[in-house]
Amino acid sequence: MSKRIDVKDLNVYYGNFLAVEGVSINIAARSVTAFIGPSGCGKSTFLRTLNRMHEVLPGARVEGQVLLDGDDLYGSGVDPVAVRSHVGMVFQRPNPFPTMSIRDNVLAGVKLNGGRLSKSDAQEVVESSLKGANLWNEVKDRLDKPGSGLSGGQQQRLCIARAIAVKPDVILMDEPCSALDPISTLAVEDLINELKERYTVVIVTHNMQQAARVSDKTAFFNIAGTGKPGKLIEYADTTTIFNNPKEKATEDYVSGRFG
Amino acid sequence: MTRTVHETARATKGRDLTATETKTPESPGRLRALSSRQGAAGDKVFSGAALAAGAIILVVLVAVAVFLVVQAMPALLAPQSQIANGEGFWPYIFPLVVGTIIAAAIALLIATPISIGVALFISHYAPRRLSQILGYIIDLLAAIPSVIFGAWGISFLAPALVPGYTWLSSALGWIPIFAGPPSATGKTLLTASIVLAVMVIPIITSVCREIFLQTPKLHEEAALALGATRWEMIRMAVLPFARPGIISAVMLGLGRALGETMAVALVLSSGPLIASLLQSGNQTIAAEIALNFPEASGLSLNTLIAAGLVLFIVTLAVNLLARWVISRHKEFSGAN
Repeated sequence: MSKRIDVKDLNVYYGNFLAVEGVSINIAARSVTAFIGPSGCGKSTFLRTLNRMHEVLPGARVEGQVLLDGDDLYGSGVDPVAVRSHVGMVFQRPNPFPTMSIRDNVLAGVKLNGGRLSKSDAQEVVESSLKGANLWNEVKDRLDKPGSGLSGGQQQRLCIARAIAVKPDVILMDEPCSALDPISTLAVEDLINELKERYTVVIVTHNMQQAARVSDKTAFFNIAGTGKPGKLIEYADTTTIFNNPKEKATEDYVSGRFG
Repeated sequence: MTRTVHETARATKGRDLTATETKTPESPGRLRALSSRQGAAGDKVFSGAALAAGAIILVVLVAVAVFLVVQAMPALLAPQSQIANGEGFWPYIFPLVVGTIIAAAIALLIATPISIGVALFISHYAPRRLSQILGYIIDLLAAIPSVIFGAWGISFLAPALVPGYTWLSSALGWIPIFAGPPSATGKTLLTASIVLAVMVIPIITSVCREIFLQTPKLHEEAALALGATRWEMIRMAVLPFARPGIISAVMLGLGRALGETMAVALVLSSGPLIASLLQSGNQTIAAEIALNFPEASGLSLNTLIAAGLVLFIVTLAVNLLARWVISRHKEFSGAN
């Protein structure tokens, strides 16, 4: 199921503006990798290049390679739609489809990729995905109610259930807890810990305690100044980044002497 | 109608708020100081203005309704042998109602898919430059007076459609609505409906475009991130979000199609109600009123106004139906 990601010399452009420069990183399968760094340093932009979601913005393009178990996501003839069904994404703000029931939200992606499902298969996917997102017990009696009626934390876990229902190889999370209260955040963090047994998880976070709690490895991104491209400064085991970083900039950032 | 109620409700709500703010008994000096700020006066003025605006709409609506009812009464109460050359009011109005509804329905059937398609193209497919230009053109189309559409329909569209009608009646003539012989001038209810469709397309398109553009990026990205193609994203995120708006847009178009007078009066060679859309015949209420109003007096004038009342009721009923359809799905509208 889960696959490793190897990025080689990736530049990201918005039009002529170089947003992220020269990122090379190797992310192991079945691990949690956190991207940290100040706002505007390109970590979210970089995350989006891992499933080609940056292409939603007109003029965005990349140079370099992103290999998913050796397959280049940017190779000629690779359909971004297919890439996204292998690399799922969870967003900053919970975004269940408001017009769909909880059940239909979970099945939304499955119906796209797999076409039709028998009723019992669909029920199985719904149950296993919601269980996988630690949400089953809370919603099993109201699967036909709208997903927008859930609390923020539940909505975010519903979005995670929706993402894992597609059976992706990788799950990208773009500040998944920044709109949640501490208790919901804890629930999502517990979930991330469980998810890494089956998936490769990459998470962008502004919360350094969160990075320390959930990730195996941490990448620190920084930007030299406004208008300059973001760069990967340091990438190492999370304990190393937080306790014994090689770079001065990393140490300043994780110890709070920065920004 | 419903909008009026909304507006007055909002206005009264605003008034309640200011009322409770000034009434709070325990509010010590600081709170009182807050409520007597300059802003409080502006708030009162604004809520008053909003209330007045809402009230004006209601007053106008009631005034029109009262006028229609009062003026229509003589025609409804008079001995039926005196109405419409002895025909009686209901036998007179029934074919007109049917003609009106058929013409509007065909117009919407043609216009709705085209409008949604054009709006989607502008909002989600066309490059930005092209979509801006197209947007302008659509708005321009909406500004063309109906008499121009009528003139175009009568002098260009009707003759151009005649060969098509001839073919339709020979190929599908066994279906009553396509029964021949087709009109030699092309001045039929179908032509009128097509002209109506062309007239309502810009209205429906520009409302739909606005709504499609308001689809939250969040939901579009959610669909794309699941591996949806652009069309799947539109079906999953854009159309469900826009559904109430599309219905409102179609209702706006329907309002225009039902009430459109000039274009139909010019294009349609009217006559008694017939099933075939390819022969001259049929008539709509609005065109009937416009054509006969200049020479009407006394009871025949009352009859025409009664016809107007019927049109008013039909429009109102259709709008209420649309509101009901929208409210049925409130729970899933995303408003909560």
